[in-house]
Order: sequence, then C-alpha cells, then structure tokens
Amino acid sequence: MSLMSWGMYPKIKSSVFSYDNEKVLKQIIEEHDELIPYGNGRSYGDSALGANIVNVKPHDYFIDFNEKSGLLHVQAGVLLSEILESFVPRGWFLKVTPGTKFITVGGAIASDVHGKNHHVEGCFSECVKEFTIMTTDGEVVTCSKEAPPELFRATCGGMGLTGVILDAKIYLKKINSKYIDQTTIKTNNLKETFAAFEEYKALPYSVAWIDCLAKSDEIGKCLLMAGDFKDDGKLDYKKKGKLSIPFNFPSFALNNWSVRAFNWLYYGKVKERVSKQKVDIDTFFYPLDAIGHWNRIYGKNGFTQYQFILPKYASYQGLEEILKAISDSGKGSFLAVLKLYGKANENYLSFPIEGYSLALDFKIEKGLFELLDRLDEIVVQYKGRIYLTKDVRVSKETFEKGYPQIEIFRQYRKENKMDTKFQSLQSKRVGI
Amino acid sequence: MSYVLIIGAKSDIAKATAREYAKHGYDLYLAARNVSELEEFVNDITVRTQRTVKPVELDILNYESHQSFYDQLGEKPLGVISAIGYLGDQDKAQSDFSEAKLIMDSNYTGVVSLFNIIADDFEKRRSGFIVGISSVAGDRGRKSNYIYGSAKAALTAYLSGLRNRLYDSRVHVMTVKPGFVATKMTEGMELPKKLTAQPEEVAEDIYKAQQKNKNVLYTKWMWHWVMLIIKAIPEWKFKGISI
Ligand SMILES: Cc1cc2nc3c(=O)[nH]c(=O)nc-3n(C[C@H](O)[C@H](O)[C@H](O)COP(=O)(O)OP(=O)(O)OC[C@H]3O[C@@H](n4cnc5c(N)ncnc54)[C@H](O)[C@@H]3O)c2cc1C
Ligand SMILES: NC(=O)c1ccc[n+]([C@@H]2O[C@H](COP(=O)([O-])OP(=O)(O)OC[C@H]3O[C@@H](n4cnc5c(N)ncnc54)[C@H](OP(=O)(O)O)[C@@H]3O)[C@@H](O)[C@H]2O)c1
Repeated sequence: MSLMSWGMYPKIKSSVFSYDNEKVLKQIIEEHDELIPYGNGRSYGDSALGANIVNVKPHDYFIDFNEKSGLLHVQAGVLLSEILESFVPRGWFLKVTPGTKFITVGGAIASDVHGKNHHVEGCFSECVKEFTIMTTDGEVVTCSKEAPPELFRATCGGMGLTGVILDAKIYLKKINSKYIDQTTIKTNNLKETFAAFEEYKALPYSVAWIDCLAKSDEIGKCLLMAGDFKDDGKLDYKKKGKLSIPFNFPSFALNNWSVRAFNWLYYGKVKERVSKQKVDIDTFFYPLDAIGHWNRIYGKNGFTQYQFILPKYASYQGLEEILKAISDSGKGSFLAVLKLYGKANENYLSFPIEGYSLALDFKIEKGLFELLDRLDEIVVQYKGRIYLTKDVRVSKETFEKGYPQIEIFRQYRKENKMDTKFQSLQSKRVGI
Repeated sequence: MSYVLIIGAKSDIAKATAREYAKHGYDLYLAARNVSELEEFVNDITVRTQRTVKPVELDILNYESHQSFYDQLGEKPLGVISAIGYLGDQDKAQSDFSEAKLIMDSNYTGVVSLFNIIADDFEKRRSGFIVGISSVAGDRGRKSNYIYGSAKAALTAYLSGLRNRLYDSRVHVMTVKPGFVATKMTEGMELPKKLTAQPEEVAEDIYKAQQKNKNVLYTKWMWHWVMLIIKAIPEWKFKGISI
C-alpha cells in the first residue's frame, strides 16, 4: 500500500498490518522485523513510515471515565478530536494538546507532544497515568512513570521505537467554558517579541506567529496570542463542518509573493498593539484544522516543517541569526510559530527544553535541504535540537548533538531487542 | 430520548451510525448475531455519550425468531436501521446455488421478514422511521457482482414500496445506497480513493438525511451522478463493457 504522512513527502510503499486482537498483533510482531506503529499520520516526516506498518487507528474504543478524578481510559487509536467531542460538553479538556486535534492518543505519547501551555503543564506524558504497550516478544506491559521507569522514558517521545501502545489512562482537566479570553500583542521586532513572552508568562497558553520575510530591524516581528479559558458555563461544543482543499495546488501557487501577501494580511489586520478577543476552542487551539487537507496547498511534491528549539540563554542570538538566514534565502514559510518552553522532562528523546522553539513550513523544492543544512549548523552551534516528529531529513550528526540521552535510548533498545524489531525510515536515517 | 434499533450492529457502517445516533442523544438497541462480541463497543458508546445501549441477539436468517425478537424489546424503538449485508463470492454463487441463496437471504429475504413485523407496529403507532442500507450495486447488474446486486435491487424495490405504503401513516422509509465504503466487506480491495467513503462519513450522511426525511440517499453524494451515467448507458452497449 502506498503511504505518506502529513508532509506528503516521502511517499513510500509499505506492507500494512491490521490486527483484531492482541493475539494477532503478537503474531505480527513475532513474525516480522522493521515494524513501526502508524497512528493518524499527522507527523510531518518519516517517523511513522517504514517497511512494515502497524495500523493502530482502528483501535478507537473508549474504555472508562472517572468523573471524580478526570481519568480517561482509551485505546491508543482514539483521536483527540473524539475526546473533545465527548468531554468538552461535560466540562473537560485535554491537559496538553498540540496544534491539531486529529492525532491519536498513541501518537501523542510516542511524540510526547506539547501545546501552547508547555511552560505551565509540560508535555503530554505529564497527563499519562499509565499505558499498556506490546513490546518485542509480544509481551504486554503496563507502564507508568514509576514502573518500569526506563520503558516510560523511552516510549514517551520514543517515536514508536519501543513497541505498539495499546491503550492509555490520561488525566483530563476541568473547564467551565468552550471560550478563551485571548489577548493579541503586536510587536515590531524580535526584542519586543521576547519581552512580550516574558510579560504574558502568567497566562497558561501562548504562541506567536512570526513574519519570516521581515527584513533588517523588523526581523522577528510577530503577533503573540495568549489566553486562558473563560468561566461562563458555555460548553455546547460541537463538531464543525469544515472546508477542504480538494486537490494538490500547482506548486507555483505558493511563491514568495503569496507568502508575503499572507504574512502581511495576517499581521496588517491587527491594528492596536494590544487587543482582546473572545474565541472558541477550535479557533484558539486548532486554527489549521478548519481547512481539511491544507497540506495540499504546497503542491504534490509535498512540504516539510522545520522545528528546532534553542536553550533560553542562546535563543535571542540564535533566532536572530536563523531568521536572517531565512529572510536572505527568500524561501517563503507560510507558517512560522514561535513559542517559549518550560523545563525539560526526563524522557530520553522528548523534544522540549527550556527555551524558544520556532517551527516553519517549507515547500519541498530545489535548494531547500541545503538551506536547512545551513540552519542546522546554527542550531547545533547554539546547542539546540530538531523535533523528530516534524523531521524528514536531519543528519545523524546534527540529531545526535541535540539529544545527549541518545546513547541511553540506543542501549535500552538493544538490550530489549527493540532495535531490529521496531524501525522507521527516520530511525534508520538518524541511527536509533 | 428513546431507542433506535440498529440491525447488523457489528458492521463497520452500523457501528459508526450507532455512535452518530448516540452522540445526538438517542439510546440504542444493537442487534447482531454473536452479540457478545459487541461488549467492548457497547461500553465504548456508553463512556463516550452516557446513553443507554442494549445488545440483543439476532440472526437475520432465523426467520421464526423475528417476531419474538421484536416482542422482547421492552420499549419499542422510534426507528430502525438495517446494515445487514453479505457480499459473498460471485464466482461461487454462479455455480453453487447455496452461496447464491445465502447472498439473497442475507441481503433481502431476512430483512423483509423482520421489516414486515416492524412496519406493522410502526403503522399502527403512526410514527417511526425505517432505514435500509441497500447499495449502488442494485442500480444495475454487473458481471462482477450481480447476485449480490440483484438482492440489493430487490431490497431497493421493497423499500420503495414500503415507503409508498407507510406514507399515509407518517412512517418514513429511507433507502441508503452507499458506493464504496472502507469496511470489513471491502478490506483488501483496491478502491478508488475519491469515490470511497469512510464509515463515519456514511454515518453522518445517514443521520442528517434521516432527520430530514430524505427518501433515497446516495453516499458519497457523487455516486448519485455516477449511477445516473451508468444507468444511462444503453443495454446494447452496457453488455459489452467489462465492469
Ligand atoms: C497541523 C499540525 C499541528 C501540529 N502541532 C503540534 C504541536 O503544537 N505540538 C506538537 O508536539 N506536535 C504538533 N504536531 C505534530 C503531531 O502532534 C505529532 O506528529 C503526533 O505524533 C501525530 O500523531 P498521529 O496519531 O498522527 O501519529 P503518526 O503521525 O501516525 O505517528 C507519529 C509517531 O508516533 C508513533 N506512534 C503512533 N501511534 C503509536 C502507537 N499506538 N504506539 C507506538 N507508537 C505510535 C509512530 O510510530 C510515529 O513515530 C502537529 C501536526 C500537525 C499536522
Ligand atoms: N462496504 C461497501 O463498500 C458497501 C457498499 C454498498 C453497500 N454496502 C452495504 O452496507 C451494509 C453494511 O456493510 P459494511 O460495509 O459495514 O460491511 P460489514 O462490516 O461486512 O457488515 C455486514 C454485516 O451484516 C451482518 N450479517 C450478515 N449476515 C447476517 C446474519 N445472518 N445475521 C445477522 N447479521 C448478519 C454481518 O454480521 P457478522 O459481523 O456477524 O458477520 C456484518 O456485521 C451492508 O448492507 C452492505 O451490503 C456496503
């Protein structure tokens, strides 16, 4: 079967394995090597792609919910969007959610995803009480932060390389509105942007959209959106109909000028330095989900997202350098998202460290990977790292320099015979 | 709110439809053979929606059991949806009549037996809805699946007659004609992506169309046009085409 993930690059042929029950899955694992679990394919690159794919998404049963503690037990194929549909009307929300709700719970754990509140709540693994996972020999292990801690640290952020997560118990958080009070701050340069992040740190949710094509002293100008849930008891959350991009745009559609126009429109619409809005959950957390298949605007060759994070002390200088390199290259990025992160956790490969992260989308085209290699050098120089769940091209060297716990992870995989059993295109490329 | 009865509840389309109705506040009777296999699914809907979901055993080929099956439902449902179907093996059905008969009975005879009972009750009550899942395969016989297609054609005709009969009693009958749907039935077949629906899309379509009292629903919608074209091909030409 022909498969790809959200970036539509690469497209590969794989064998897809489905299972009705644990017995069948065990047999699949016993009989094949080079397996990799596949959730909803919303990772951008090649972390869910490989020779033999285990299709987890059909396993989407809700198992239990405890109204008192907010503990929800679901199978790994359940989408976050389904959790919201059932539980927002009852006054519950995800403790941690990424910028799309169309990901599986298994995928959320495997990438140890984070959201706009990382500086307050940390990664997805913080809300995971326990999960069960089928590992190398088909054994099903129940795993929590306490026991066995190594498996927990290797699996959360471990990109599917420790086995197939079957189900998970996660804590939801109480809310009393489907609306968010949003403050938008318009800044004129990177310095102001950093100051705004610090100023609004007390709000649980914050993220900034950067104009990547700004030049010289305007580099780093942004719209920072920060907010928190309202308390008005309005919880009538419903699934919205959505628009969809029906086919791949011709790839010239997204040239420098259209990106420029988009950035300008977005930025130019906001007049005051500080303004307030009332927005709903979908607008605030999932603006891109409103348009189905928006990945098709990049044309049939696909695109990639380049997301890196720099330690706080080096963030300003590093970002300035990187933004300048991008601006000079003239390669448009439709989307550039900047965010301040809190402390790192103990998981071996979780992406977040305390500092600033920038995520940029690029159409796959000639000269792009050369540009990204140059950006890599700056990231490495400032002791930063690349986010695996977005990546499709990083070199082994760059990757290793960013993740000091990689040897522990490798060793753990080897000892538990996971290294040949579970492999993705990405794990082979970066040697994990 | 009250119960909707879903027949053939283990079908992927039926499961998605069950979730859709529960989401909109309906309680459910889920009828299937070996219904104990639905235990985890019943629990799934309960956790998702806090609705009451009752599994009930039903073999559509066991005609004698249909009356007692319906009688045992304490509170009678406000509507019924049947997703029962059996694609079967066309080649086998051509030479082995027992296969052909199984296809006809599963898709047609069995459903008629049960719907007759339910239609009488709804007619007396002067309320209710009946939804039958037929297929675009019933719109025109093709060599690749005409035994199945003919059973679905019979079901389509039955449903249109029933709609006509129950019109005065304000009981609404809807015929659903899916094109390709990615389910157990079609697993392993190479289906054209653009024309293939996910069970969830079909379920949403069924719910919306039923609420609006539509008569015939093609899903995905473009199948309506695809079938118009296929039906418009003159027979002398059609008989030579390989589809
Ligand atoms: C529009 C958009 C916005 C996004 N915003 C954010 C964001 O703000 N923050 C963030 O952190 N991420 C973000 N992401 C990335 C996304 O959250 C992650 O890539 C997520 O892991 C995708 O989940 P999935 O279910 O689609 O998994 P897939 O893409 O199918 O797989 C991702 C990885 O998880 C593994 N995996 C999946 N299921 C299982 C399982 N059951 N057991 C073991 N391993 C498994 C796969 O092997 C693979 O390595 C965004 C993505 C998109 C498209
Ligand atoms: N998938 C498609 O492309 C497609 C296209 C057009 C129409 N349809 C129609 O859509 C409906 C749903 O099909 P589906 O795609 O969801 O396929 P499915 O999963 O195979 O569903 C068919 C269901 O019918 C049940 N069934 C068959 N014989 C039965 C019997 N004697 N007693 C009780 N139940 C019986 C099966 O029960 P068991 O699980 O116990 O076997 C199964 O759950 C069917 O009517 C089908 O013909 C499907």
